Amino acid sequence: MPYDIPSARALIRETEVHRDIYTSPEVFDLEMKHVFGNAWVYVGHASQIPAMGDFITTTTGVTPVVMVRRGDGGISVLYNRCPHKGTRVANELCGNAGRFFRCPYHAWSFRLDGSIAAIPMPEAYARTEFKGSEAAKGMTPVAAVHVYRDFVFARLAAEGIGFEDFFGDSLSSLDNMVDRSPVGRLEVAGGVLRYLHHCNYKMLMENLTDTCHPMVAHESSAGTAVAVWNTMPPGTPKHPAVEIYAPFMSSYQAFDSMGVQVWPNGHGHTGVSHSIHSDYSAIPGYYEQMVAAHGEEKARRILDTNRHNTAYFPNMTMKGPIQALRIFKPIAADKTMVESWTFRLVGAPDKLLERTLMYSRLINAPTSPVGHDDLEMYERAQDALHADGNVWINTQRNYDPGETPEDTAVTNGTTERQMRNQLRAWKKFMAERVVA
Amino acid sequence: MITDQDLIGFVLHEARLIDEQRFEEWLDLFAEDGRYWMPLEMGQTDPILHNSLFYDDKLLLRIRVERLKGAKTYSQKPKSRCHHLMQAPLVEARDDATGEYATWAAFHYVETRLDEQTLYAGWSRHSLVLIDGRLKIKLKRVDLVNCDSAFGNIQLFM
Ligand code: FES
Ligand SMILES: [Fe+2]
Repeated sequence: MPYDIPSARALIRETEVHRDIYTSPEVFDLEMKHVFGNAWVYVGHASQIPAMGDFITTTTGVTPVVMVRRGDGGISVLYNRCPHKGTRVANELCGNAGRFFRCPYHAWSFRLDGSIAAIPMPEAYARTEFKGSEAAKGMTPVAAVHVYRDFVFARLAAEGIGFEDFFGDSLSSLDNMVDRSPVGRLEVAGGVLRYLHHCNYKMLMENLTDTCHPMVAHESSAGTAVAVWNTMPPGTPKHPAVEIYAPFMSSYQAFDSMGVQVWPNGHGHTGVSHSIHSDYSAIPGYYEQMVAAHGEEKARRILDTNRHNTAYFPNMTMKGPIQALRIFKPIAADKTMVESWTFRLVGAPDKLLERTLMYSRLINAPTSPVGHDDLEMYERAQDALHADGNVWINTQRNYDPGETPEDTAVTNGTTERQMRNQLRAWKKFMAERVVA
Repeated sequence: MITDQDLIGFVLHEARLIDEQRFEEWLDLFAEDGRYWMPLEMGQTDPILHNSLFYDDKLLLRIRVERLKGAKTYSQKPKSRCHHLMQAPLVEARDDATGEYATWAAFHYVETRLDEQTLYAGWSRHSLVLIDGRLKIKLKRVDLVNCDSAFGNIQLFM
C-alpha cells in the first residue's frame, strides 16, 4: 500500500501501532528519509579516528557516510559517494586517507572536508560552467555534526532541531559512562561484534526497555546458567559470567522496582534506582582511582548510578555501567545490522574492559545464547506480523492518558511507557521538517 | 604411547560427536581448564582484551549444552543440525615427555535450522594433553575464514 507522511503517522495510535511500521518497504523508505533525516543519529566515536586522515565508514539510516579526522583536528562527516559518478570513495570499515580522499574510478581527489582538491585534465572543464555544477561542491558534508564528549552525531536535514534540544537531559547517561573514566575519556576497544538480524530495527529498540521479557525469553539461557551454577560445589569462586547471566532472571517485582525514565524526543532508560548491573563485584583499585580523580562524594555519585539500558532515539542504546554501546542499523524493513561496541575507560584497570567484552560476547554476539533467545522472538514476530487477522501491536502496559511526547517522567519499571515514547517520537520526526 | 593416528582419530571423533549432538560425551573431551575459542580477528593473539565469538571455559560450554536441550529454549524449536566436513588433520607438534600435542585441520561446517542452511569454513587447532592416559582438549581454537563478517545465529559448535 502506498504511504505518505500523514498516512504513515496514522499508523501510531496512543496504545497500539500498526504492523506496517515494521513490515512495509514504503513506510521504511519514508522513515529513512524523514525520521532518520530529522533526528540526530549516532555516527561513531572520536577515538576511532585519532590521526589526520583516519576515517570510518558507516551509515546513518541507510545513507552511506564517512567520518574523517581533518588536518585542523576537527571531524567531518561526508556522504560517502563521489560527486562524479557516485562511486563509494572510502571502502574499508576503517582506514587512513592521508591528506586527500582519492576516488578509485577517475582519480578525482578531495580534501578531508570534502571539497575538490584536483581533477585530472581540468582544462576539459574550462569552458563548461563546471563551477555551477553539483559536482563542483565535492563530497557533500552532512548538514549538521555535533561532537559530544567524543561521541559524534549527525543530522542530515539542513534545518532542524538543535543537538541540545534533541537530547536534553538524556545526555546524563552518556555523561555517566564517560565520567566512569578517572580521566573522563573513553576509547573504543576490543573490536566490534556484528550480528545480522532479519527483523525491523525498532523491534530491538523496543526490546531494550522491555523488562517483562528477560525472565521469560531468557529463562533458557540465564535460567540455565543459574541452574548449572547451583550444581557447583559450595565455595566455588563466583564465576564472572554467572554474575552477568543471573540478574536476567530477576522477578517482575524486581524489574518493576528498578523504574523507567522517559525524556522528550523518544529517549529513555530502564534501571533508575538500581539495575541488573548494580551488583557486579568491585574491581580492585578502580574505586581508589575514582576517588583520587573526583573526590569521594562525586566518585560515589558516578558509580552508584547504574542505569540499565539507555535508548537514544532513533537507533542507539548504551549501558554506562559496563561501557557498551549498540547501534541498530536499518538495512531494510526486515533487515538490521546490530553492532555492539565496547569502550575502555582510559586510566582504569583492564579488568573493566575484560568484563564489558565478556558481557557483549555472552549477551550480544551472534554466538550468544541470550542473543539467540531475543532474535528468535524478533524473527517470529517479523514473519507472523503478516497475519491480516489483527494488524495492530499492543503497547498499553501502564498507559496513563496524561502522557505526552514532551514528558520527562519516572515511572514503574515494567511499563511500556518508553516504547510509547519512542513511537511518539517516530510520529513527531515523520515530518518534512522538525525544528524543535 | 600416543600415535599420530590417535591424534588424528581424536580430532575426527570430536567433530563427529558434535554432528551427532552427543554433547555430554563432547564436553567430556575437554580438560577441566579446557577452552573453546573462536577469535573475532584474523591472527588474534589476545582473547581477554579483544573480543571473540567464543571464549568459553568448561562451565560456559556446559551452560550452552544444557540450554540446547532445555524445554524453554525457543530458538531450538525446531532444533538446529550441523555437519562437519574435515580435511585430514595434521599433527603439528608432539611432546611425549609432557604429553602435549597439537593438531591442525581445515574444515567446512554447515549449520541448518528450518529452511536455512549456512556454510562456514575455517581451520581448527587442537591443543591436546594427556591426563590419566586419556587425551583431553586444553584449547580448541577455531579460526573462521570470515571471522570478521557479520553473522546470523551460530547456535552449535564448530
Ligand atoms: S566516479 Fe569518482 S572520479 Fe569518477
Ligand atoms: Fe533480551
